[in-house]
Amino acid sequence: MPLLTVANLEKAYCSPEGTQTRVVDVPHFELEAGSQTALKGSSGTGKTTFLNLIAGILHADSGQIVIDGEEMTGLSESGRDSLRASHIGYIFQTFNLLHGYTALENVVLGMMFGKGVDVEFAQHLLERVGLGDRMGYPPSQLSVGQQQRVAVARAIANRPRLVLADEPTGNLDYHRANEAIALVRAICHENNAALLTVSHDVGILEQFEETADFAHVNRA
Amino acid sequence: MSLLFIVRRSLRQHALSTLIAALSIALGTGLVMAVIGIKAQSVAAFTGGQIGFDAVLGARGSPLQLVLNTVFHLETSPGNIPWAMYQAMRDDPRVELAVPYALGDNYHGFRIVGTTRTLFTEFEYRDGVRFQTQGGGRFFNPARQEAVLGSYTADKLGLKVGDNFNPYHGLVFDESMRHDEQYTVVGVLKPTNSPSDRVIWIPIEGIYRMEGHVLRGSGEDYVAEPGREIPDEHKEVSAVMLKFRNPQIGFLMDATINKQGKAATLAWPIGAVMARLFDKIGWMNQILALVSYIVVVVAAGSILASVYNSINERRREFAILRSLGARRKTVFSVIVLEAASISAMGVVIGFIVYGVIFTAASAIVRAQTGIVLDLLSFHPAFIIAPVCVIILGAVAGVLPAVKAYRTDVAANL
Ligand SMILES: Nc1ncnc2c1ncn2[C@@H]1O[C@H](COP(=O)(O)OP(=O)(O)O)[C@@H](O)[C@H]1O
Ligand SMILES: [Mg+2]
Repeated sequence: MPLLTVANLEKAYCSPEGTQTRVVDVPHFELEAGSQTALKGSSGTGKTTFLNLIAGILHADSGQIVIDGEEMTGLSESGRDSLRASHIGYIFQTFNLLHGYTALENVVLGMMFGKGVDVEFAQHLLERVGLGDRMGYPPSQLSVGQQQRVAVARAIANRPRLVLADEPTGNLDYHRANEAIALVRAICHENNAALLTVSHDVGILEQFEETADFAHVNRA
Repeated sequence: MSLLFIVRRSLRQHALSTLIAALSIALGTGLVMAVIGIKAQSVAAFTGGQIGFDAVLGARGSPLQLVLNTVFHLETSPGNIPWAMYQAMRDDPRVELAVPYALGDNYHGFRIVGTTRTLFTEFEYRDGVRFQTQGGGRFFNPARQEAVLGSYTADKLGLKVGDNFNPYHGLVFDESMRHDEQYTVVGVLKPTNSPSDRVIWIPIEGIYRMEGHVLRGSGEDYVAEPGREIPDEHKEVSAVMLKFRNPQIGFLMDATINKQGKAATLAWPIGAVMARLFDKIGWMNQILALVSYIVVVVAAGSILASVYNSINERRREFAILRSLGARRKTVFSVIVLEAASISAMGVVIGFIVYGVIFTAASAIVRAQTGIVLDLLSFHPAFIIAPVCVIILGAVAGVLPAVKAYRTDVAANL
């Protein structure tokens, strides 16, 4: 059985004019455990919405999302929160680090609502992403590349089976972007997490063996 | 690490508004505890057992005035009774101790009380404890112009053994009313933390012989002449302080003196007389309590405002926490906990506020009455008030918490 199965997923937004605009319409999508897939799509095509649906941050209008045998779409909101906490790591385009906390604390916060806090593992992850000497720094005192690596460490902190990455290299230059993708891929591999990356950046997609056009996945 | 970690961090991020809200809680809690604590201690001190006498016999009139005038050395004297009444009490086998007081003079506002040496040799102001002099002092010789000072009096007047002073006529200090008689301080009493600390004791004969004092014990005016004994029939006393052999006697005397007789008033039991006073001024305490409760409620409002204002700028933080798997009710709990923590900090500081208010109030009470209130004496309100205030703080967090609870994750990431 695949780690992630999406079937007949639909999501529409209410536009300011009051009409319903369908943003996501995915008849079928699958991801194997431990696999790494990149989806390419231009801006505004519903990639973020799609990932938010998988993460349970948004509730689907219809269809199924099954993660590791659990049906996200059938759960209550707090059930989706739990499933997200236990199964999913999320790397955001803007990283979404908490500014009042140090790098280490940000990673620890990634563990707090799931399988439990393991400070040693958090330290290990920061060392793994090359920030062993920056653990006590707040995000504001880290470079953009360093912030991205904290976000990567946090996404993996809870030992998720699935990591979602939304434009994970959004603000990095070409060279750093490639490094960053390599790191995300390596770290997911090391921790037995499947990786689903979405991006409009053709450059970084070259690194993935499995890539698809988001337009083929999403009919909307 | 737990939710408290998040709470602590965000309180530190909003340190100023947190501090202001906590201080206002501190003020409110401190006030509540002070109002309750001072009231309880005053009632205990003014109506409780640390008086040493059971009853006061004095001129026909208000028992409260009698008690205030003799036990607490406040208020004016309701008048005098003949010496014979004192003698009758002294010789009554049911009376354990009878001490006469003669009032009418002061020294710089401190009352001069004429009495007998029994006050020093037999009276116990607290169970088993008699007046004692400090340093090298002694009690007065009833035949001489000698004075024994309460500790507070000596302290405030700067008088010590060997010093001389002239009494002033009246209970209120008036510079033009100076008597010519000179008195010598022969002893200063050890502190008793009672109204006696604010008194100057002299022999009762001294009052009789003070120039200008007219005795009316026999119904006719009589002025003492130097070197000649004063006949008992002319003597009078302001009050007789009484200690009975058992409580029943007070009951009997109350019946004979107050209900059947018309010549005098027996203020008995002293505690009950004072309790009636506190009942009468109870409304004042209720107003103070009300004010302090209002301060607490306003302080809870400041917690609400402080936390509520921070919610908008923290929406992204809540959304991020939610994206990391925190539930809505976790975010809710963080905010309620935050409000309760501000309240708890305020309560801790509130004990300092209580200490300051109590110390100030007890200094006033001491200056006015000599009674020393005990800062550290326990009252259940010291537990109930903090608990209630912390709960109130948590309740104040509910509205902001609901707002945080409603934060939409996707819209705020
Ligand atoms: N909360 C929202 N309400 C209404 N429309 C939205 C909302 N969020 C996104 N959209 C619309 O949905 C479309 C897809 O958005 P998004 O998933 O962010 O695309 P992408 O990530 O591919 O750029 C866009 O046209 C956007 O305007
Ligand atoms: Mg997007």
